Amino acid sequence: MTHTQKRIIINKIVMTLSTLSALIGIGFLFWILAILIFNGMDALSWTIFSQEGAPPGYEESGLKHALIGQLMIVGVATLFGVPLGILAGTYLSEYGQKSHLAETIRDISDIMMSAPSIVIGAFVYAIVVTPMGHFSGWAGSIALIIILLPIILRTTDDMLQLVPSTLREAAFALGAPKYKVIMQVVYRGAKAGILTGILLGVARVAGETAPLLFTSFNDNFLSTDMTDPMASLTVTMYNYATSPYEDWQKIGWAAAFILSMFILSLNIIGRLLLFKKKGR
Amino acid sequence: MSVIIDKIFSFATKYIAIAILFLVAWIFTVLFQHSLDAMEAFGFDFITETKWAPNLEKFGALPAIYGSIVSTFLAMLLAVPLAIGVAIFLSELAPAKLKSPVGVSIELLAAIPSVIYGMWGLFYFVPIVRDVFGGIGISMLTAGIVLSIMILPFMAAVTRDAMNTTPDILKESAYALGGTKWDIIKDIVIPYAKAGIIGSFILALGRAIGETMAVTFVMGNVHQISTNLTAPATSIPVTLANEFTEADTSLYYSSLFELSLILLVISFTIISIAKFYFLRNKRLAS
Amino acid sequence: MATIIDITEEKELEVKNFEFTYAGADAPSIKTLNMPIAKNSITALIGPSGCGKTTLLRAFNRMHDLYPGNKYNGEILFKNRNILADREDLIKLRIQIGMIFQKPTAFPMSIFDNVAYGMRLQGIKNKTELQDRVEKALKDAAIFKEVKERLKHDANGLSGGQQQRLCIARAIAVEPEVLLFDEPTSALDPISTAGIEELIVELKEKVSIVIVTHNMQQAARVSDYTGFMYLGELIEFGRTEDIFVTPKERLTEEYITGKFG
Ligand SMILES: Nc1ncnc2c1ncn2[C@@H]1O[C@H](COP(=O)(O)OP(=O)(O)OP(=O)(O)O)[C@@H](O)[C@H]1O
Ligand SMILES: [Mg+2]
Repeated sequence: MTHTQKRIIINKIVMTLSTLSALIGIGFLFWILAILIFNGMDALSWTIFSQEGAPPGYEESGLKHALIGQLMIVGVATLFGVPLGILAGTYLSEYGQKSHLAETIRDISDIMMSAPSIVIGAFVYAIVVTPMGHFSGWAGSIALIIILLPIILRTTDDMLQLVPSTLREAAFALGAPKYKVIMQVVYRGAKAGILTGILLGVARVAGETAPLLFTSFNDNFLSTDMTDPMASLTVTMYNYATSPYEDWQKIGWAAAFILSMFILSLNIIGRLLLFKKKGR
Repeated sequence: MSVIIDKIFSFATKYIAIAILFLVAWIFTVLFQHSLDAMEAFGFDFITETKWAPNLEKFGALPAIYGSIVSTFLAMLLAVPLAIGVAIFLSELAPAKLKSPVGVSIELLAAIPSVIYGMWGLFYFVPIVRDVFGGIGISMLTAGIVLSIMILPFMAAVTRDAMNTTPDILKESAYALGGTKWDIIKDIVIPYAKAGIIGSFILALGRAIGETMAVTFVMGNVHQISTNLTAPATSIPVTLANEFTEADTSLYYSSLFELSLILLVISFTIISIAKFYFLRNKRLAS
Repeated sequence: MATIIDITEEKELEVKNFEFTYAGADAPSIKTLNMPIAKNSITALIGPSGCGKTTLLRAFNRMHDLYPGNKYNGEILFKNRNILADREDLIKLRIQIGMIFQKPTAFPMSIFDNVAYGMRLQGIKNKTELQDRVEKALKDAAIFKEVKERLKHDANGLSGGQQQRLCIARAIAVEPEVLLFDEPTSALDPISTAGIEELIVELKEKVSIVIVTHNMQQAARVSDYTGFMYLGELIEFGRTEDIFVTPKERLTEEYITGKFG
């Protein structure tokens, strides 16, 4: 066998292995997706949306409390995290630019984006839960804000930098003050990108469980008071899934399904936005 | 008027940005302060002591550290070859019609929250591990496998992106010398994208070691150091998730805070290595 | 409509009724093209941007096969066989017909390993043989003197002109019979360009050469034969001096006098 023949055979083997590993990897992932859809659809019913939590064994048991809690915790985090992140990102792109300070903030934010979220939970426990004396929806939101901030900051920074500088210069040439140039020209030019960043960022924090475990904690009943412990889909899912009761486990799958669909939709919408923008 | 608004705007954006740095410093400080009790009580022994017995007020972090390292190592061992395989498939092998749908599905799967992977692991993977490898199924091995599946989409996507940065013309030059696809991948694409690929793997490692929900379901939170991979174990995040709300003494709390601090320092270090040595000038994928 | 002379020399390659369509394109990028390539001589392909020069050149080593869905028709004869046939061994073909690209393409490895790359692919492991052949290729590519002290250094440390000569050395190290050049000097300064042109002329003693160029002086300076292409067709093919001095086709004349393009 010549060397070249050998190379061709090795090539075939490696390519087969690669295709195989792709199949295995993709197979696993679709397996998870299939289970999610199958169990989720099976568990989904009107009671899931209309009823609060109930002890195991009760027919009328749902996720209303967790859905509302989740929306409130994530909503409040978005309300604070997004504007703050956008303003900070604006500083990096429009004022700090390549300065030492801006670069340091970028680096630290990048690292924070991959830092373990459970540690953020511990931090918020120390600064919010301990002084208050009890768990609260606020504490959960604060933990999520800390996770959301660097994500929004970095995407805003990136997206603003994509706006061509000639656009800014043209606006400055008309005598506009900097804040107006930023608000009216730069933000407008980066709108789709920033929106995508927000959607992906919110999707990311909406799936966070670990930082909520000991901040917003949990509640099996509906509560809309942010100063009280609050249910979230993720923590409820965790508690129900690890419980020994089959009906609770089933409700856990419903929570998993609802949450995943929500997060996947945000991701898909975000991608479409960016895609549409590129297409233009 | 404009001038004043302009000043306020630039001032506000600047100090919010700087606040991020203070926030990070504050996190470290708070974790450190709350760890002081445990540090005073155990000193350096905290990380070498193997016994974790809250009822005896004895806290040794070694089983959790050991579990974090071993489960992450197992996860990388399984995920790295799979990720490379998937990346090669996506960047060099897949027909154009498959490339983008499969690629996008992988990216979307990377967005699915880890709690779902953990739940899947508990209900579907624990029984398989129990039947195939023995034990009760809740184990270090299960944690490693579930963790590897969880980081696979992220790793495959970034590895593919790194491979895709290889200029076509460079690959064509090697084909023009009579190379096979594999020759081109191993001699051109991988060396060209090396820094990006290694950086992404280390980044994935940094994320895996701090991952909580994917492993909490399937690890068991048993503070023991066992070479038997089918035995239950624990890791730092698993300990935190299970015990934080149960801690009833200040020493217990403090020990959990010290665990948090250790975890934060470890992942900060790993992520920094990825970022500063390998991914300089590259944006970390979110 | 087209004026295509027959050549007196032995033919290295012969294009017969060649037609090429890119994947997904509705119309062919090259339409029924006939043309000989003479042995041990230089054939230049000229024509306005998008006329199909690169497309034709990349058919000679079946580069188009790297991307699925591209379609060939007709024949290209090489050593009495049609290299467009399905059974053609592409690896062997590409060893026999080498290619130099528009931009230097130094691999991410040392200078020595770059030149040795093609030989290693063929299974040559013997240290002294590799050493000798790398040295010879570098000498033939007129770059040995400049790099002999730093063969183990990363090839990306070389200048653009040096890298392009390194790529030529890498291509000739496997002793091909044909070399294809696609605008090899378009990314280089005038001095490096002159060096490469000189080198190409020297190389024709050993190999047959096809060169695509946008630079008409370059075509006139280095080539023996010239083909003028327009909108996917070969309009005129002949001896270089005839094409540039007494073109038969009006389009050719307009192009070389700079009336369009
Ligand atoms: N990958 C491709 N897919 C589809 N069409 C292509 C592709 N590459 C080139 N074409 C089309 O084929 C035609 C010929 O292109 P080609 O690159 O061969 O031109 P060229 O003569 O080399 O031009 P230039 O002088 O600009 O390099 C053009 O109309 C071009 O748009
Ligand atoms: Mg061309």
